[in-house]
Amino acid sequence: MSEYILELRGISKTFPGVKALDDVNFNLKPGEIHSIMGENGAGKSTLIKIMTGVYIADEGQMFFNGESVVIKNTNDSQRLGIAAIYQYVTSYPDLSVTENIFIRHEKVHPITKKIRWKAMHQAASELLRQLGASFDPRTRMGTLSVAQQQIVEIAKALSVNARIIIMDEPTAALSNRESEELYRVTEKLRNDGVAIIFISHRMEDFYRLADRVTVLRDAKYIGTWNKSDIDHDKLVMAMVGREITQMFPKRSVRIGKEILRVENLGREGYFKDISFNLHKGEILALTGLVGAGRTELCESLYGIAPFDEGAIWFDGKQVKFRHPREALDNGLGYLPEDRLGHGLVLDWELFRNVSLPALKEFSFRGFLSLMKEIRKTKEFGERLEVKATSVFDKAATLSGGNQQKIIVAKLLTADLKVIILDEPTKGVDVGAKTAIFDIMGDLAEMGYGIIMISSEMVEVLGLSDRIVVMKEGRVTAVLNTAHTSQEQILRSALGSANGEVNHGK
Amino acid sequence: MVSDRKNLRFKTENFRELGLLLFIILLSVLIQFRNPTFLTFSNIETLLINASILSILAVGMMMVLIVRGIDLSIGSTIAFSGMISAMTVASYPHIHPLISILQGTLVGSGVGFLIGLLVAKFKVLPIIATLGMMNVVRGFTFLVSKGRWISAYQMSIPFKEIATGRILGMNTLVVIAVVIYSAFYYFINHTRTGRQIYAVGSNPDAAEVSGIPKIRIIWMVYILMGALAGLAGVLWVSRFASAQGDTAVGYEMNVIAACVLGGISISGGSGKVSGLILGAVLFGILNNALPLINVSPFWQQGIQGVVILSAVLINVMVKRTNERQALRRRII
Repeated sequence: MSEYILELRGISKTFPGVKALDDVNFNLKPGEIHSIMGENGAGKSTLIKIMTGVYIADEGQMFFNGESVVIKNTNDSQRLGIAAIYQYVTSYPDLSVTENIFIRHEKVHPITKKIRWKAMHQAASELLRQLGASFDPRTRMGTLSVAQQQIVEIAKALSVNARIIIMDEPTAALSNRESEELYRVTEKLRNDGVAIIFISHRMEDFYRLADRVTVLRDAKYIGTWNKSDIDHDKLVMAMVGREITQMFPKRSVRIGKEILRVENLGREGYFKDISFNLHKGEILALTGLVGAGRTELCESLYGIAPFDEGAIWFDGKQVKFRHPREALDNGLGYLPEDRLGHGLVLDWELFRNVSLPALKEFSFRGFLSLMKEIRKTKEFGERLEVKATSVFDKAATLSGGNQQKIIVAKLLTADLKVIILDEPTKGVDVGAKTAIFDIMGDLAEMGYGIIMISSEMVEVLGLSDRIVVMKEGRVTAVLNTAHTSQEQILRSALGSANGEVNHGK
Repeated sequence: MVSDRKNLRFKTENFRELGLLLFIILLSVLIQFRNPTFLTFSNIETLLINASILSILAVGMMMVLIVRGIDLSIGSTIAFSGMISAMTVASYPHIHPLISILQGTLVGSGVGFLIGLLVAKFKVLPIIATLGMMNVVRGFTFLVSKGRWISAYQMSIPFKEIATGRILGMNTLVVIAVVIYSAFYYFINHTRTGRQIYAVGSNPDAAEVSGIPKIRIIWMVYILMGALAGLAGVLWVSRFASAQGDTAVGYEMNVIAACVLGGISISGGSGKVSGLILGAVLFGILNNALPLINVSPFWQQGIQGVVILSAVLINVMVKRTNERQALRRRII
């Protein structure tokens, strides 16, 4: 018998064009909670998917209780007793808790094959009781909170006698109180001898829960430490690696007067007590982990979703936009993250897309002027260096970066003062990124106030004047970019020590 | 966290069925005041006989709706299977009525098999696939009958007695409906396959990942729907003692409406047999009672429509309340 219940050696996995894992090692002892940490894209998810048989490793070996094993599909991993609980619960909202636990291995009468509801409810109750949950297994899954649903998922894993439970960011959608409940359950499982792999961005998860930690960075194995052997700064350093060099020198732009002020803004279930301001010519980065409430906040600013409390002051007067149209008319524009879903009409020609937000300006006596549309689109296209054969191209035929430019052009046609960009460089290549950064610099010089939602440290540090960091629906820090570091941002986003709000003046 | 809102949830969860039952009772009492013949044994039996074909179809439609589908072709399937069995009886008068029922059910299953092939296997949108099949099957009905009717005098007496006969003192149609309901209640609630219908509708992706044979389940559901429509076709022709090319045109809409009244979600995943019975009964009452209390036929359809819309509206509101409660439970 080996000391480890599961051991991975020299695992590599390549996807077309990307090395997702490069010679990664990992081992797991029975009855321990082992944390895997690393930034977005470090390879954590890929590693798990190799353990659960969703992906097959290109290179490397796996050992289960010291014996070499090959996991080719999810059935193989289930047979070994490996169960995974994902961040987004994959359950059946319309079925009862009992059915969700026993789906595919229902208890049935040996001859009539009739489902033995009573026995199943009883077994489910017993599992839930073991996990310290008090809800009725007859409850419909969809009416439970995310935390309760995760407990059901754990019960499901226990019902098939899982010996290794993988939890992929289970606390991402939970409040502190709910997380505490999950910690308690997880510790109980560990004490019963189950080995747990816990993937999380949250430092407090690690400190509260883990026995050991393995850090991945850029698809590579950085190391494995006992909790007592690594302090906070060392851990952050291991995750982040080198200092980020200034890839995109920030242009110095004269900051003008205040254009937007947000006071104690809140929306039930999404964010609370949000306060910050924005000046003309300023680029404000809004950062934090995925799910921190950044997009939801901006949707409320822009009038897509309502806010419950607080106030927004825009250009000197208090506003509450009830519809994006109102926001646009007042000079606030928003470039959504899902640009294909919200930003462009893909089947339309470029000029029709560009003229869409300001049809009034392009029309004459109630009729659209094609000449005007084409002239303006050409002008913007040249300014933004859009690569297209003509303004009659369908938007769908352009590359991602060029589509992004068209959306920016759309914003330019409307008469705006403030532009919100939600992850403007997501999914575009380096060249297009540089172009987008150039445009943002131009816009700032022209006196626009810009809010940029971004998770990428390079952008946040390289482009912004100030940084608002959010965590779980709250602002944890407002930092002056010139006097901050990546570690400080990460600390605020992860919400460990030094979380005080400092207004970076 | 693992909270004790059980009681509150219990109420909103079952609000629909309870509310529907209360509404039916209230409506019956009101109608009874206007016309005392409403709650007599003979009128209740008429009401049940009229509702029986509708409710047999509604069982099938419920399963189709649960797997996020819809079947617009059942009116045509009723006409087709009814026409085939009536023509068979017209040519061979000595056929046992059970053979006719079996024949109609098989014809319907065949239509359902084709629809299942289109929807489950070739991933044609259910509304499109069944819209197409609706026209194809209707066309075939006219083709095989050459546009002629089969009338009462061409049908054997045992065949007509399918709908008028009695078993244990109850009308055969009602008995058949009760048997179908019992069988499907057992199938849907107490077999693994039955529960998998809900799983497929509730979260198709998760169902596929966890190894539920999604394609087979959906296919099966359409075959069952077709079989029930085929059976209903025989019952229909026997009851009205006439098979025509345009039998049951648009009847699918009544069936869907009964399902909606019964709280079956058009977006799939949810719906209960208990709710379905109430929905079908309510629909039957609306049909039966409005003429009894001298509501002009011109108003009847409008009133039916308003009731259906109200049911949907209440459904949406209950759902939204539930969601809001779930959000409240998330504390930031």
